[in-house]
Amino acid sequence: MTAPAAGEPSLWVLFRGQLRRDLKLAFGQPSELANPLAFFVVVITLFPLGVSPEPDVLAGMAPGVLWIAALLATLLGLEALFRRDRDDGTLEQMVLRAQPLYLPVVARMLAHWMVTGLPLTLLAPLLGGMLNLAPEARLPLMLGLALGTPVLVLLGGVGAALTVGLRTGGVLLALLVLPLFVPVLILGVSAAELASSGLSPTGPLLWLAAGASFAITTVPFAIAAALRIGVEVG
Amino acid sequence: MKYIPDGLRRLWHRMGSPRWFYETTASWLPWLGGAAALLIAVGTVWGLAFAPPDYLQGDSFRIIYIHVPAAYLAQAGYILMAVCGVILLVWRMKLADMVMTAVAPIGAAFTFLALATGSIWGKPTWGTYWIWDARITSVLILLFLYLGIIGLRRAIERPEAAGRACAILAIVGVINIPIIKYSVDWWMTLHQPATFSVTSAPAMPPIMWVPLLLNVLGFNLLFAVSVIQGTRTEVLVRERRTRWVSELCLRERA
Amino acid sequence: MSFDSFGDFLAMGGHGFYVWWAYLLTAVVVALILVWPVWRRRRFLREQRGRLRRSRALGGQTGSSSDAPET
Repeated sequence: MTAPAAGEPSLWVLFRGQLRRDLKLAFGQPSELANPLAFFVVVITLFPLGVSPEPDVLAGMAPGVLWIAALLATLLGLEALFRRDRDDGTLEQMVLRAQPLYLPVVARMLAHWMVTGLPLTLLAPLLGGMLNLAPEARLPLMLGLALGTPVLVLLGGVGAALTVGLRTGGVLLALLVLPLFVPVLILGVSAAELASSGLSPTGPLLWLAAGASFAITTVPFAIAAALRIGVEVG
Repeated sequence: MKYIPDGLRRLWHRMGSPRWFYETTASWLPWLGGAAALLIAVGTVWGLAFAPPDYLQGDSFRIIYIHVPAAYLAQAGYILMAVCGVILLVWRMKLADMVMTAVAPIGAAFTFLALATGSIWGKPTWGTYWIWDARITSVLILLFLYLGIIGLRRAIERPEAAGRACAILAIVGVINIPIIKYSVDWWMTLHQPATFSVTSAPAMPPIMWVPLLLNVLGFNLLFAVSVIQGTRTEVLVRERRTRWVSELCLRERA
Repeated sequence: MSFDSFGDFLAMGGHGFYVWWAYLLTAVVVALILVWPVWRRRRFLREQRGRLRRSRALGGQTGSSSDAPET
């Protein structure tokens, strides 16, 4: 990393500034913050009503239900990820800056994760309890979500960046990113299921950790490239 | 770049020219098409009529002679799109984008075919048209990835931007394909002991695998013919404002 | 030859329905992917030729004048 030229902020300052701005904006609109969470809870409520309130049945499907609900809640939050920035021109400024787009993108995604993935992770054991999830599976479920939701947010970020300038964003976004979510879903559910049947969940959790570190290092480049195109399209 | 021989570099640049592609490939098509037809005809007739029935599955195994080529091309097509995507993003070669546009629906068609023939094959083998077998599930997800690329290209109006967006998506997708595949395989071993898998028949004799090889080669050529045709059309549509396309339009009888 | 008669060949040891369905479907899909680009090119050439003629009749230049949207 070379010293910044005169008048240009250093990368760290840029990163921190972006993060602080995004968090401030997110907390400025508490309803937007709460909506994906409310969605998460509502979807989970539908399963006992739609499938069966039988505790044993619920316990069997709890990991899958929780993960799918988390997947959909993440998806729901993605559409707005870059939309406001694009509408008010912030995105254009971000792309046009001389510094690499990598760190601002990481900051943007981190801020988004802190207001979507993190609350989901913290809420999950409570909802798991309501679905009669085995107590020993709660920690693996949380760890899985903590490692998996960043990957979901990053992969979803690619889709959100690619569709940012488009009118028909929503459904297309789901089609683009849901297939990419499959490995995370499988590993996350497996960790919780292994734990609830008394086996060690370490394997899938380690894979999730590997996936998360791979995604954090590589996917922001794809998001940055996609944002450059998205700005042109608009 | 100076380590690359001059001739090769010239070929590369010429290959990047859509016009060169359009004019050169016209003479390839009859040969490729003829070879494809011959290989597929021999392979299919051999496979259907002359190969002996499988000792376990009887005659239903003959679906293998179209299922395997389709499944192979489904994956190869996606990889080809990703390679074109890299070429487009790195060298800004317009032709790569046109090839990528042409491959998407064709690859999706082969993916659908792999799923459909696999499902039809499943009925006599497993007793049901659909089970969540690892291989079928990953091919289904591959179909979704294709549909995503096609949808994205249709949604973005400017072809240049659409091409680059699809290139990024194809590259992200191609990195994910093996991850998806291994995770689905692994998920299956967790949920059920591996049922006997259809395509790994224990050491086929040559009378059974030679027609399969012929059909795989034939379908590859067929795929090439179809992609070249699609790319040629794409070249005309994208270059419609150039003089050579206008002249060609007025010259050629439709 | 693995079959004794043509009837045997069609029956495919009782699996005829599945085998022939799979092959028929393949034939249809292959025909579609081969015909579709050719058909699309013909339509493009026809429409583009019409556009060029019209612009010529209006005294426009060949080539760069046809900015009509993609078909």
